[in-house]
Amino acid sequence: MRSRQRPRPAARRAPPPRTSRVNGASTVSEPGSQPILEVRGAVKRFGGVVALDRVDAVVRGGEVLAVVGENGAGKSTLMKILAGVHEPDAGELLVDGAASRLRSVRDAQRRGIALVHQELNLAENLDVAANIVLGREPRRLGVLDRAAATRQAQAALDRVGLRIASSTPVASLGVGARQLVEIAKALSAEARVLILDEPTASLSRHETDRLLALLADLRSRGTAVVLISHRLDEVLRSADRIVVLRDGRVRGELARADATRDAIVSLMVGREVAAVSRATIARGAPLLRARGVRTEANPRSAIDLEIASGEVVGIAGLVGSGRTELLETLFGVRRAVAGEILLGERALPAGDPRAAVRRGMGLVPEDRAHHGLFLPDPVRRNFSMATLGAIASLGVISSRSERALADRLARELDLRPPDHGRAAATLSGGNQQKVVLGRWIAANPKVLLLDEPTRGVDVGARAEIHAIVRRLAAAGAAVLFASSELDEVLALSDRILCLRDGEVTGSLVAAEATEETLMALMTAGRAA
Amino acid sequence: MKKALGILVLMVAIGIFTALAADGFLTAYNLENLLRRTALFGILAIGAGLVIMAGGIDLSTGSVVCLAGCMLPWLLVDHGWSPPAAVAAIVAAGIAIGLFQGWLVAWARLQPFLVTLCGLLFYRGLARGFTEDQTQGFRGGFEELRSLATGRIPVPGLTDLEAFDGPSAFAIPAPVASLVVIAVLAAFLLRYTVWGRWLLATGRNPQAAAYSGVPVKWVTLSAFVLGAVLSAYGGMLFVLDVGSAQPADFGNFYELYAIAAAVLGGCSLRGGEGSVVGIVVGAALMQVLRNALVLVDWIPDNLEYAVIGAVILLGVLADELVRRVARRRSRSPLETSGSPQAREARNEPAVRSDRS
Repeated sequence: MRSRQRPRPAARRAPPPRTSRVNGASTVSEPGSQPILEVRGAVKRFGGVVALDRVDAVVRGGEVLAVVGENGAGKSTLMKILAGVHEPDAGELLVDGAASRLRSVRDAQRRGIALVHQELNLAENLDVAANIVLGREPRRLGVLDRAAATRQAQAALDRVGLRIASSTPVASLGVGARQLVEIAKALSAEARVLILDEPTASLSRHETDRLLALLADLRSRGTAVVLISHRLDEVLRSADRIVVLRDGRVRGELARADATRDAIVSLMVGREVAAVSRATIARGAPLLRARGVRTEANPRSAIDLEIASGEVVGIAGLVGSGRTELLETLFGVRRAVAGEILLGERALPAGDPRAAVRRGMGLVPEDRAHHGLFLPDPVRRNFSMATLGAIASLGVISSRSERALADRLARELDLRPPDHGRAAATLSGGNQQKVVLGRWIAANPKVLLLDEPTRGVDVGARAEIHAIVRRLAAAGAAVLFASSELDEVLALSDRILCLRDGEVTGSLVAAEATEETLMALMTAGRAA
Repeated sequence: MKKALGILVLMVAIGIFTALAADGFLTAYNLENLLRRTALFGILAIGAGLVIMAGGIDLSTGSVVCLAGCMLPWLLVDHGWSPPAAVAAIVAAGIAIGLFQGWLVAWARLQPFLVTLCGLLFYRGLARGFTEDQTQGFRGGFEELRSLATGRIPVPGLTDLEAFDGPSAFAIPAPVASLVVIAVLAAFLLRYTVWGRWLLATGRNPQAAAYSGVPVKWVTLSAFVLGAVLSAYGGMLFVLDVGSAQPADFGNFYELYAIAAAVLGGCSLRGGEGSVVGIVVGAALMQVLRNALVLVDWIPDNLEYAVIGAVILLGVLADELVRRVARRRSRSPLETSGSPQAREARNEPAVRSDRS
């Protein structure tokens, strides 16, 4: 594997497009060089949950530091402490060797620390130059100095190697170019530390290569880069040091020379995977079948799948792997570019969620606030929304049937509080998720799709939701769900599909899968 | 419902104030007139309210009133159509306008504001075009049809039948009958039927509605059709009441009265909520207010719009404040029990600014 070679960082790949001075520059980062940013014993709690537990980390100029870990390991919290979003509850933060406080993102920016968010924060209605100088617009006599703004923006674009005019509207740029504009913006604000949160999650292979080349170039000029990423191949390609977090603690720090995929994965996964009580159910006839389905997001890969009655199939994939797009395309809220979706023996009309619901399909969406719930309305109405036909005669709703349904669901789901007259907005995340699930239980679905069924849900409710899903399968439903949490995929599935860039890269029987094998299938570089 | 009560109290207060400050308010003639105007505007406001509840807005009401108001005498007098045929043509025109606007919003995905703003210009232009800007009237005929708007329904025990045509006799104006039928129907549809539930769900959260299998496009279309048909029907009653229509200004600003009544009556412009009773009370409040401005001597009549604007603004502001207090009080301990981390994962603010 490449990562086992000697550490000559930038030299191992094609030289970055803009400069050839990179090769000799990897010596900037001497172990003894002065750290720009450092945390010692950082602790951060949210409510009762410890997100970070006595974490130490050092960020040096001219070095790429990668932070890896599973979801919930504390990567984002660490990043936010470094960037001034949060202050640690305990421990110290040192900037240029002196204990300091970063009170806000702006405060951090003034000291040369810039954060590039996973969701990009550009103003789409403005052009590139206006975005780059946003908040620090050059002025002359109190009036915006456009010439200076253009000059500054163009210089920053040159540094990131993005060859576009600074007057280009941001709305016309693709995700990759936007990412580079964000970095240009940070550089133009004279950032010495650049913190990138999952920068390649939505980039194409080519864009990823370009971004990694840019990071190498920045390192050679003395910038400190903190890279947070799920994609181990990229981490192995670009990082000088790798910090592995698990459950809020640093489980290991690897120098590039010692880092291998296996070493990282075993540090990331670490714990025992909880044993699962999976009642073996006789598989019935296939209920949901997809043949050659191509989604809008990944039109180049055709997906075939078959899910039988009584079966729970999990989709394991990283952010950007096309999980949500696949589920939404099967349900019909997105139109398939090509292919056929069959429910039972008959094909579903394309792009028609109403037809899917009538034929017995349901989707629990990832974003329950926007796609799932009618927040200000009573729980009762949220329950009945997909099955109004069943509690109405001649179009008139029987409020007695509606209450009876809500009573039954509240009991079955152990809704807390069990009062279904309350606005859905007043419930906790776990109970809100139960309400969305309840809507489909009411419909007695043949096929249930779930997207991140336990996102933002506490541990207790998570177990309950898992039990409900298993129960629905036991009652004969075909269940397909997607999750970014591998332990959830392993715990809940009979069978697992691995997805990467919209393509099924593996299909395993859950009992034979491990987090390591899944991670390998999810992250396997296609072009490598 | 609570909201309708608040508006009702405000209306009674303005009524009492007017009765004390001016002579003519509590006369049978004035009250009857007030009822007539309330019924006419109430029909328009219910139409506007249905569109607003579905998450849209209809700015074309006044122009549809004008189109219908000019079409009716034009068909009857200039073209000799029979009254049933003319009425059917007007309802059909309302349906056609609603289908057109609803299609543009639901399928072509244009913004309702834009679609109906163009409608506002288009239908008035059309009316002025085919009438060549000439006033359209019934020339004293069609008494039977006109009684739909001008008729008076005696109230046993209250109406002085001997002086029935005099100013001191009180009777229920005929448009009230239309309003009652329409309001009862609309309230029933909204509260008790699947369609009503779908309409409110579409207005509240169109995405969640689509994810639940609600035929969101058809629901939107139906709201625009009902809005336009009620505008057309209202326009017809208006011209039957007044007797003639001048294409250049007939129905001017009526969309704003209708929208104001709906908003005062509890429709949120964000969609998803509102009640028919509230809308009708809102329409009544608007008429009482206009009446007060005319009757009370020391308020210059020219200030009418300014005062109406100020009262609506105050009403909406007061409602928002009351709502905020209520929300603060009703916030349960459970709502804060979601851990901050969970909230962070959902990318939600600690205090939800919900849509209501």
